[in-house]
Amino acid sequence: MDRLTAAILLLLPLSAQAEATLSGFAQQNAAFNTVAANPDGQQHHKWLEERIRLKLDAGAGDWRLSLKGDIAYDHLGRQEETELREGYADYVAGNWDLRVGRQVVTWGLGDLVFVNDVWPKDHEAMFAGRPMEYLKRGVDAVKLSAYPEFASFELVASPEFRESRTPDSLRFHTGMPALATLKPRRGEAGVRVYRDIAGWDAALYLYRGYQRTPSVRSDGVFHYPELATFGASLSGRAGSGVLNLELARYDFSGIEAPPSQTRALAAWQTQPWEDFSLNLQYYVERDIRTNNTVGVRATQMFLHQTLRLSVYASHRLHDGDSFVNPELRYSFTDRLWGALGANLFDGTATGPFGQLSRDDNLYLQVRYEF
Amino acid sequence: MKRWIAILALLAPLSALALTGEEVMKKSQAAFYYPGKDFKARVLMKLVNKDGHERVREMTMLRKNAGEAGGDQKYFMVFFQPADVKDMSFMIHKYPARDDDRWMFIPAINMVKRIAAQDKRSSFVGSDFTYEDVSGRDIEDDTHAVERDEKVGARDCIVVKSTPKSGDADFGHKLTWVDKASFLPVKEEQFDRKGAPYKQFSADEVSDVKGRPTVVKRTMKNLQTGHRTEVAYLKTDYDLGIEDSLFSERFLRQPPRKWTD
Repeated sequence: MDRLTAAILLLLPLSAQAEATLSGFAQQNAAFNTVAANPDGQQHHKWLEERIRLKLDAGAGDWRLSLKGDIAYDHLGRQEETELREGYADYVAGNWDLRVGRQVVTWGLGDLVFVNDVWPKDHEAMFAGRPMEYLKRGVDAVKLSAYPEFASFELVASPEFRESRTPDSLRFHTGMPALATLKPRRGEAGVRVYRDIAGWDAALYLYRGYQRTPSVRSDGVFHYPELATFGASLSGRAGSGVLNLELARYDFSGIEAPPSQTRALAAWQTQPWEDFSLNLQYYVERDIRTNNTVGVRATQMFLHQTLRLSVYASHRLHDGDSFVNPELRYSFTDRLWGALGANLFDGTATGPFGQLSRDDNLYLQVRYEF
Repeated sequence: MKRWIAILALLAPLSALALTGEEVMKKSQAAFYYPGKDFKARVLMKLVNKDGHERVREMTMLRKNAGEAGGDQKYFMVFFQPADVKDMSFMIHKYPARDDDRWMFIPAINMVKRIAAQDKRSSFVGSDFTYEDVSGRDIEDDTHAVERDEKVGARDCIVVKSTPKSGDADFGHKLTWVDKASFLPVKEEQFDRKGAPYKQFSADEVSDVKGRPTVVKRTMKNLQTGHRTEVAYLKTDYDLGIEDSLFSERFLRQPPRKWTD
């Protein structure tokens, strides 16, 4: 702690020279159970909190510092009440740059399906009606980017694995809770190489680390199997829209490793009329079985883009496992917005969404930005 | 020598008169959307509804021409206001006679994505301006005819009537008052497909920036809804030497402050 204080004192004169801005928001977020109580007996709320975000941006010369922290009051007493969402320093040089610290990394092109996006996510946030940005978790990493003429490179290396947050078994009906969880001791690394090829955005992805969500071993212990992935993506104009193609191979290793997997995505986004956009996607996951999932997102804006109605729907073809998320969002002023939406799950008890069919909820988000 | 200049000066209005509608609109496009090798402005947009309620959109806009007027262009925008789009950035590669390429950076999830761009007549960030009003409409999309000469204030203007060749535009025809001296559009009236007045553009203030007459204040009013958008271009500048590399994923994610302030 003393060392931290000393570091802050050392940095103070520097920050006096730097340009710094402070911003943030105050937010109320509630999700109401519409079918059943939570497994822990909580009748009404899937989520209930007030939250303050503070964001500090400072820059001097080729350096930049960005800190995003949250303080929340959780009425259900089931989550951490302070969180460093992101906190990193950037150094920008001529044809390379460096980012060190907690940062969000997003790869690939899918809309709530993840082919090459191997980085930490918060699935609970998505199912409990929290704003979109909470879908991603930061990773504590060093990111080195280089931009030679022929391609751009992004190398992400983290000394410590950070898992995705899965729905809490006392909040969602996810089946048995973990007896014990074994966390990997080593870190992880990934490389993305990208460039333009004849008007298309092309990228290659390599990752070595661990599966982000736990698997259950035969002794009931949860673990994160070792994982190596390689994949590619292409994005470009096709007809009157944008075509996104993505492919990845997942190879697991270690004790009780899951079978290798191939993931593929084809998506097409278009704007058939003013302020309306439509994204259609087809996602295939293949290991010993093949799962085909169709997805759609339709978004219509009204009132000079201050009112937005959107629907996201995903449906697995062979077993009907499905997820629907309608949302209405309105900006009351330039600083105050609110959203009303629902998370609706359906399907068989073994499907990723079907198992949550008693967790349907209606959510409300209100945010004042400052 | 002096006599030649005097004769040329006498001929100048004649040559403007002799231009066809298409030639006037091409010169206007060059003066309004293409001046300089590159361009920068801090853009402050006020969206005002018929009851007078205001919303503000603030961004830095950068433009770079690939070559001559009427050719390819690249646009780069970084948003400052409102708060929920702060740090969002936006890039357009604009090509005449075909769909643009557009990319968007969403800071909340640190993601760059390509977005569909065939909707050139749709609203730009919810304002009364369309994407085409911001970056120009292809001359070849309309037929252009000189209607008459007319003064707007003290400015001598040529009035050009432009009619879309295909029926997919949101307007039926429009009249543009093009200043004979600067070739800037000082007024534009759009009519819907039934011929009723639809939208009205006015160049409210023209400044000289590095020797180039520049519309630094403009308004677009929707006459049917009473909604209007007032735009001020602040810190306008030309020929800054913006590198081609700016228009890339790298800088969409990390807009360099030397260009965005």
